[in-house]
Amino acid sequence: MPDEVLDCRGQRCPLPVIAAARRMPQVPVGTVVRVLADDPAAAVDIPAWCRMRGQEFVGAITGPDGPAYDVRRAH
Amino acid sequence: MSASPVYLDAATAAPMHPVARQALLAALDDGWADPGKLYTQARRARQLLDAAREATAQTLGVRADELSFTSSGTTAAHGAVLGGLAGRHRVGSTLVHSAIEHSAVLHAAGRHVAAGGVADQVPVDRLGRLDLTAWSDAVRAPGVALAALITASHEVGTVQPVAEAAAACADAGVPLYVDAAQSVGRVPLPAGWSVLTASAHKWGGPPGVGLLAVRKGTRWESPWPADEREGRRTPGSVNLPAVVAAAASLRAAAADAAAEETRLAPLVDRIRARVPVEVPDVEVVGDPVLRLPHLVTFSCLYVDGEALLHALDRRGFAVSSGSSCTSSTLRPSHVLEAMGVLSHGNVRVSLHRETTEADVERFLAELPGIVADLRAEAGVVGL
Repeated sequence: MPDEVLDCRGQRCPLPVIAAARRMPQVPVGTVVRVLADDPAAAVDIPAWCRMRGQEFVGAITGPDGPAYDVRRAH
Repeated sequence: MSASPVYLDAATAAPMHPVARQALLAALDDGWADPGKLYTQARRARQLLDAAREATAQTLGVRADELSFTSSGTTAAHGAVLGGLAGRHRVGSTLVHSAIEHSAVLHAAGRHVAAGGVADQVPVDRLGRLDLTAWSDAVRAPGVALAALITASHEVGTVQPVAEAAAACADAGVPLYVDAAQSVGRVPLPAGWSVLTASAHKWGGPPGVGLLAVRKGTRWESPWPADEREGRRTPGSVNLPAVVAAAASLRAAAADAAAEETRLAPLVDRIRARVPVEVPDVEVVGDPVLRLPHLVTFSCLYVDGEALLHALDRRGFAVSSGSSCTSSTLRPSHVLEAMGVLSHGNVRVSLHRETTEADVERFLAELPGIVADLRAEAGVVGL
């Protein structure tokens, strides 16, 4: 389960990626942040952002709140 | 201050070659009659059509009777896919295609699936290169009627291993269709295909002319209502003046292709090398070596693709983008998606015979400031 949730539903890319990038430095290393994002580009861009920034992309899930992406702060 | 225009979207449509313009104007006077009729004007039109076909077939390395002119590259791609499937429907109903085909091919595949057929999509790697092992497994499966592979990605420029893919198809007895829209008139064509399509406005011909080549012995059946023209492969009157212009410009483009490759490839290398150094947080995508000579794509982190296109346009630069906000469907480019690379802030730059070194230098000089301004406006500097 994620430690916290960022609700970016209704936001178009790159806004969900920007929200994740803003939040990550504020949480302790090891924290899993779940990004709720219904823009289909988030499915590509959140994992790509993790790769570029050396953060851990835990996975994508689709739950009752729609598509979600779990990211763990790795450093 | 208005900036002088720098057109960098040749992969969508190259500016018309001067030879195409001359041929078009001449053929408007001389080639308006129906080439199928039996009077003097028609015979003149027939001569022009035959000469255009002969010249184009020679450039492609096919026989004239293997080549049809269609009303667009899209129509040619639709016909290639649906006709290739129809011709082998007794063998099976599976279409194998790469994940990075042009949307025209994917839409034809979608039609096939809606009618009860199967489409088996083969992945690419992070550089946009076909997974050959998966491809070989896919074409060997029972019931494969046709395989479709783009010669080189129209979005990121990565050249596909067509010879190897064709060998796998040959082993499996499956005909290969190649979408050569970005290659014809620019780079040598690969061997081993059964069906090929191209589009004239990609090489400096007029819009509204496509090429469909079907090799002798290929089981291909027109998916359209019957029509005698163009080898019975595509219906309707050809736009003869445009076809004449397409053929003339293809001959000119092919004659200059090696020299243009030598001139443009280093300019693309320069963009590939300098953009990630001079603009922070940029991912240049596509294969750095096995690529088209005229095309380069990169994505700028935290930048809205539509805003970037507009900002570039205000400075006179015409480029394309695979970002979702720039598409009518609001979906990111399926090519960038298949590669797993950043899709927002995406820019595709494609060069052509009128592109100068000074154009590229001005683009490289202005891009860092344009991206920096957009990031400052969005408040994402330092993220």
